Amino acid sequence: MNRSEPPLLSVRNMITSFHTHDGIVNAVNGIDFDIFPGETLGLVGESGCGKSVTAMSVLRLLNPSSATTLGEVIFKGENLLDMTPEKMRLIRGSEISMIFQEPMTSLNPILTVGEQIAESLRLHEKLDQEKAWEKAVQMLKLVQIPSPEIRAGQYPHKLSGGMRQRAMIAMALCCSPCLVFADEPTTALDVTIQAQIIRLLDHLKKGSNMSVVLITHDLGVIARMAARVVVMYAGKVVEEAPVVPLFHDPRHPYTRGLLNSIPVLKNDGQTRLTEIPGIVPNLLHMPEGCSFHPRCSRVMDICTKKSPPMVHFMENRRAACWLVSDE
Amino acid sequence: MIHFLMKRLLSIIPVLLGISLLLFFMLRMLPGDPAQVLAGQMASPEDVRIIRIQMGLDQPLYIQYGVFLKRLVHLDLGVSARTQNPVIQEIWARLPNTILLALCAITLACLFGIPAGVVAAIRPYSWIDYLVTLASLFGISMPVFWLGLMLMIVFSITLQWLPAGGIGTWKHLVLPSITLASFVVAFIARMTRSCMLEVLSQDYVTTARSKGLKEKVIIVKHALKNALIPIITVVGLQFGLLLGGAVLTETVFAWPGLGRLIVDSILARDYAMIQGSILIFGLLYTLVNLLVDMTYAFVDPRVRYD
Repeated sequence: MNRSEPPLLSVRNMITSFHTHDGIVNAVNGIDFDIFPGETLGLVGESGCGKSVTAMSVLRLLNPSSATTLGEVIFKGENLLDMTPEKMRLIRGSEISMIFQEPMTSLNPILTVGEQIAESLRLHEKLDQEKAWEKAVQMLKLVQIPSPEIRAGQYPHKLSGGMRQRAMIAMALCCSPCLVFADEPTTALDVTIQAQIIRLLDHLKKGSNMSVVLITHDLGVIARMAARVVVMYAGKVVEEAPVVPLFHDPRHPYTRGLLNSIPVLKNDGQTRLTEIPGIVPNLLHMPEGCSFHPRCSRVMDICTKKSPPMVHFMENRRAACWLVSDE
Repeated sequence: MIHFLMKRLLSIIPVLLGISLLLFFMLRMLPGDPAQVLAGQMASPEDVRIIRIQMGLDQPLYIQYGVFLKRLVHLDLGVSARTQNPVIQEIWARLPNTILLALCAITLACLFGIPAGVVAAIRPYSWIDYLVTLASLFGISMPVFWLGLMLMIVFSITLQWLPAGGIGTWKHLVLPSITLASFVVAFIARMTRSCMLEVLSQDYVTTARSKGLKEKVIIVKHALKNALIPIITVVGLQFGLLLGGAVLTETVFAWPGLGRLIVDSILARDYAMIQGSILIFGLLYTLVNLLVDMTYAFVDPRVRYD
């Protein structure tokens, strides 16, 4: 990572709202973050906190008839949210790509794996049929799929879950994008396969200057891959820190709660695994003040009344909590 | 594939046996005496008795059925009581007309129904979607004979562009095809819309979008191809129905097809003719179904018959 360079992508006050039958829901509610060239940024939080919506909003993949995104997403000096649909389309897949959570459903069942990779290459790299196919096979080899020539000609149902996720990765990386959103790339896989995929992503990343936004609720994956972590809760950023300080000294009670709920191997079986009480608030009926206060163990009077401001501290950390503001 | 095909072709035999059994006994339950119909109202009881013996109607039912089956094995469907011609010959003369009309109607229906459904699904709840829904509702609920007559009044009588009935040139095909297609086009459009809506919400369509593919490519290559599987089923079944259900259209447009032949035969209690033509319908219907099943293997790589 090189933080002396300007950020590759800057998200500023991004709000994504969905129009539902019960009213407008802000799934992402004014978030800011930067990602620098070559960096791996972890985006963590519980299910429904807006992680995936963030990625989908940046790539403008949400259906415009049901979702609106406001704010700024500056990529290489241009606001992606203001771009014409045609210009945005050309950025997708070539400069910014995405790896999805469900390898079982994210590949088209009636197109061969090779074709699904090759079509991107024909479109963005302007390769002819034959060259695109060759490169697709090369990509499958790169993601360590055995006998890639044969696998390229097969349909997704012939591949195992792990192999499909490798194919998904090959598809996302085939046009050498400078930014990749990996949306829970290991969640749907077996534990052993998860480790393989993480190793693969790590390996591929090391050989390039690609930036990765790793979206996950698995803090183990974050610890292994990410350099910096953004913690989200109910559509907002609640804490951001480099990975080591975050794990050693979390400031937001929510981050602390997440870290405490990681099972420990040396647990003697007597101590109960800590959990964060309660559930993520309904986005239609957000609590007054800090949205985490109904679940917070250190709630104070002010938390129920006023939303905490984002406080920057220690050069590269920030958190939105009254406890941090008081210090 | 060959093995599957043979198995399916062999399974047609019990299906046809079942049809013949039901058909044979249901026909015999109909009121009216074919010998009486053939002999005419003025015939003496003796004449009717002789005709009945000639037609083998004096035998017990199971023997009549046995005789019918024995002939069937030799592909002999008997002689029409009404026209005195072999049934097979009568059917053969009209079958191509029915198939031609059904093919034209189903082609028209696909040509308009599938694109209409796709367009409606791309912009759900837009004016174009509502237009397609409204037109479909119109198509499904309109009585076929009424539509036929209206088309005839406009295009044959008022504008005099097309012939009002009969057979001969391509012009004769236009109005009956449109009439027959009206219901099916609506049905296919509705089906295509719902299948497309479902497919468009699938993860792999989002993947295709994330690759920066053109919307046209996403719709046709990634979505429609997947949506085609249930659409093919509907098209196949509808085609089967068109083969047998064109009675009203054939009557309105004086189209010499199988549908009218059956109705005329029923009115005349022409047992051999009714049995023969319905068996042929049964055979065609099962063959169309087989064809539909075979088509799946070409559209969906997950379907394999080996």
